[in-house]
Amino acid sequence: MAERERSHTRPLGGVFVAHSQVLAASDVQRALTRMSHEVVERNGGVEDVVLVGLQTGGIPLATRMAETLNQIEGIALQIGSLDVAFYRDDIGLRPVLPEAVTNIPHDLTGKVVVLVDDVLFTGRTIRAALNALNDFGRARSIQLAVMIDRGHRELPIRPDYVGKNLPTRREEMVDVGDDGVWIGTLENR
Amino acid sequence: MTGPQHLLSVADLGKDGIAEVLRVAEAFAEVERRSVPKVPTLRGKVVATLFFEESTRTRLSFETAAKRLSADVLSLAVANSSVKKGESLRDTVETVEAMGIDALIIRHASAGAPHQVARWATRARVINAGDGGHEHPTQALLDCFTVRQVLAERKGAAPEELGIECFEGLRVLIVGDIRHSRVARSEVLAYSSLGAQVTLAAPGSLLPPSLEGWPVTVAEDFDAALADTDVVSLLRLQSERGSGSFVPSLREYTAGWGLTARRVALLSDDAIVTHPGPMMRGVEIASDVADLPRSVVVQQVTNGVAVRMAILFLLLGGEWPGHE
Repeated sequence: MAERERSHTRPLGGVFVAHSQVLAASDVQRALTRMSHEVVERNGGVEDVVLVGLQTGGIPLATRMAETLNQIEGIALQIGSLDVAFYRDDIGLRPVLPEAVTNIPHDLTGKVVVLVDDVLFTGRTIRAALNALNDFGRARSIQLAVMIDRGHRELPIRPDYVGKNLPTRREEMVDVGDDGVWIGTLENR
Repeated sequence: MTGPQHLLSVADLGKDGIAEVLRVAEAFAEVERRSVPKVPTLRGKVVATLFFEESTRTRLSFETAAKRLSADVLSLAVANSSVKKGESLRDTVETVEAMGIDALIIRHASAGAPHQVARWATRARVINAGDGGHEHPTQALLDCFTVRQVLAERKGAAPEELGIECFEGLRVLIVGDIRHSRVARSEVLAYSSLGAQVTLAAPGSLLPPSLEGWPVTVAEDFDAALADTDVVSLLRLQSERGSGSFVPSLREYTAGWGLTARRVALLSDDAIVTHPGPMMRGVEIASDVADLPRSVVVQQVTNGVAVRMAILFLLLGGEWPGHE
């Protein structure tokens, strides 16, 4: 059963035990390529697009999406990174700590921001991210790209670009890594 | 919540705790660089500053930090309070706590006062903002933060990439009124637990009566020690604690232990000069020395806000992973 282990640090703690693979690494790349084309199509190019990856799972995906967009459109987009710890709604209820320093390279006023994350679950992280982005200027629009939409939303939030819709049980966990997407559980060891 | 409930001494944190404060403070330093340097993190929390002793920067710094975290801030002006009518510290604290305050930031002339308050407090977190000649933990933390920032800048790296390894073997020289200085005590704890080598330089009368158990050495020759250090931490002569009677005269003190233009020339090119403020220009530091680029006094004040935001956040909202 423990085909793959990955330790998770805060805020969850414990070890991710993979049960089955959902997407291979090549599937992830194909999904990213399709999503990148959708970004170009929907925005008529990427002139005003700014990619912002959510710490930490969204950063590698945002980086790869920028590479793909560069291949398609020949424009090297700058990538921002956003840590939403200070905007969460569960501060004081569970351990909430920043994973990394936020880095938004420019004023977002008038830009089209594409938020990139690995897994969309309750929507609370995205809610916090929307609040945070507000402090960096008034974006013309904010769109959401996620590799996996696993359902169980607790807020009225929906993604604009999805790698794969994946029905899950609440207690399951989804892990997006370099070697593809795995479904499993988080176990304390 | 795990880890210390209060910040009374640098020793409450330990090496991992200090590393965590520096890491989180870096994230808040980014918040401070934004055009709107405010986050909603501690909305609904109430922070009270109780300063029984004067302060400019520490009080303003804590209040700025709390406001940037969206906490509400109450500040008790002791001079206009019932303390003047003879209300005891305990009653004052109970009164303030009864109003549902989440954090008490205390400065007091008596060593140990914040510890005592922490024993009385039932729900509020207590933060020591300087207690007599005992400790001033946030000052030592922001000094470490500033030193790391300077080291990172020179390497062209982000400070968080340096971790705390950059303190390993770093030579720190603490100069001046160590006997009366709470900053010195906190700095010795902070720097030495991060792996730095701490040396003290002071006239015999301004060294503590006993250094037993302190992880420090005492410099025999001040000028030679200056040539051989990475960080010089200058301290103010604490005349309000009677330092004046420990030195023959201010002029003599400056001649023997002040960082004069002549002594600055002895420093290595990379040496950093810190001072917790308020500076007594012309006493422990020559005025033009205070304005040299290697002197990071202004940077220390700026960083104080980010470091205090980190402390408030860790005590009121986050947790200390180093203490699980």
